[in-house]
Amino acid sequence: MAKMPLVEVERLVKTYVRGAGPFRAGETVTAVDDVSFAIEEGETFGLVGESGSGKTTTGRCILRLIEPTSGAIRFRGEDVLAFSAERLRRARRDMQIVFQDPFGSLNPRMRAGQIVEEPLVIHKLGSRGERRERVAELFRLVGLDPASVDRHPDAFSGGQRQRIGLARALALKPSFVILDEPVSALDMSVQAQVVGLLMDLQRRLTLTYLFIAHDLRLVETICSRVAVMYLGKIVEMGTATSLFAAPQHPYTKALLSAIPVPDPDAPRNRIVLDPASVNRNAPLREIAAGHFAAI
Amino acid sequence: MDALDALLRVTDLTTVFDTDHGPVTVVDRVSFDIQPGETLGLVGESGSGKSLTALSILRLVQPPGRIAGGSVHFKGRDLAAASEREMRAIRGAQIALVFQEPSAALNPVFTIGDQIAEAIVVHQRLGAREARDRAVELLKSVRIPNPESQITSYAHQLSGGMRQRVMIALALACRPSLVIADEPTTALDVTIQAEILDLLREMKAALRLSLLLITHDLGVVAQTADRVAVMHRGRIVETGPVRAIFHSPSHAYTRALLAAVPGGLRDGEDAAR
Repeated sequence: MAKMPLVEVERLVKTYVRGAGPFRAGETVTAVDDVSFAIEEGETFGLVGESGSGKTTTGRCILRLIEPTSGAIRFRGEDVLAFSAERLRRARRDMQIVFQDPFGSLNPRMRAGQIVEEPLVIHKLGSRGERRERVAELFRLVGLDPASVDRHPDAFSGGQRQRIGLARALALKPSFVILDEPVSALDMSVQAQVVGLLMDLQRRLTLTYLFIAHDLRLVETICSRVAVMYLGKIVEMGTATSLFAAPQHPYTKALLSAIPVPDPDAPRNRIVLDPASVNRNAPLREIAAGHFAAI
Repeated sequence: MDALDALLRVTDLTTVFDTDHGPVTVVDRVSFDIQPGETLGLVGESGSGKSLTALSILRLVQPPGRIAGGSVHFKGRDLAAASEREMRAIRGAQIALVFQEPSAALNPVFTIGDQIAEAIVVHQRLGAREARDRAVELLKSVRIPNPESQITSYAHQLSGGMRQRVMIALALACRPSLVIADEPTTALDVTIQAEILDLLREMKAALRLSLLLITHDLGVVAQTADRVAVMHRGRIVETGPVRAIFHSPSHAYTRALLAAVPGGLRDGEDAAR
């Protein structure tokens, strides 16, 4: 274990104060509660959980799109939270994010080519001609026709828009990409195509992914390791194989049993989570090699 | 399967959109039956015409769309021949709709109790007090906790799963015989989805409803439907009992859909053999 992880998250906490006013203290809500994990270079690390579990907030804290309340984030061993604004801007070339909503995340007034080119303009990379060349190359990379650079986002389908978002994220040649529910707004067969593209790009460009999702079927297919979040905490973490074959935490069991299986003869024995069965204070402990559960 | 017994019989239903480049067929000679107490899963991808099929059945297609042909028989009656007034009496009361986005389908400025009571008062001769009691009873039946106090809640005060329960209560308010559920769980978390599907199954059995379940998720269909119709580019390319569709799909498009389900690859391989 001499190799340094690409991304390390240590005891990350993010709290919000809700309902505070000039004469009211408000109540503190802990969105991310003492979360630690490490992502190895070249792997796809899955962060799963349901709405409100804190998975998206965790992803955004890594990029400092949201400032964490406490804890540490290290990228290639460097303390991201200590970065100056200038250093952070440079670091962001190496760490990118693709958002869930292919309809809301692209500026409808810009042309597809401009959207993909914008990061290059912001970071002042290349001449106009070089940038145009790079945009065409990125379009081809994600399977879009370079002839469509002048079209606006509304002329593209959901799957194509997600490819535009991906081309934009890859424009600065990052090594780490956060995929925040990148395909959950898409049809199944389009999902399969985009996932195929993501896997292909990972191999060709040696990318490391943090894959944030609520669809466990996808996570099982593409992630090497998985962490399950529940109410702000990681309750279970392990290789995808061991976690899916032998889930240990009651929440993971409930979550896995709720997946609709595409087989009419599959037994339906859904496990309903009894919140009383969850010990919120149990620490993660290793229950098998590389498999941790908070039980 | 005796066609005369079908609760809903759709024959060669065709819906077109008039565009500057001429009419575009979005629902193309679609035919299927739904028997009393049966769940038919209508599956296909965005743009395949499944939602427009549902809207066409209820004659809710808006211009430039129009129904260009075919017939819809509900309880043996030709809906094309029904007056608009008769259609209004059928919609909601006999055929109810549950949409994907409960937040868009519920009125934000009325309490959920008022909305359910309104549906009851419009379609049934019940007084305000009785309608309110019935609303509480319905919320209880879809297992909303503390229904007596929840009827004064507004849609935005409820979670997505609770809103979908309210939508189901609203759909069941007038004791319909057919419920059309259009992607009822697509916007929900997987554990909430499982609860809503359980609820739909339970309600269907308790009230002897027929269900037209529209979805792109084959996992949802496998666990809920009795029969499946697969839609592609406005046409039904394959229809049959749920086991036959999943274990021996005959159409290439059905096989492609099955192969696209993550974790469902095994089934796709079975099909290819």
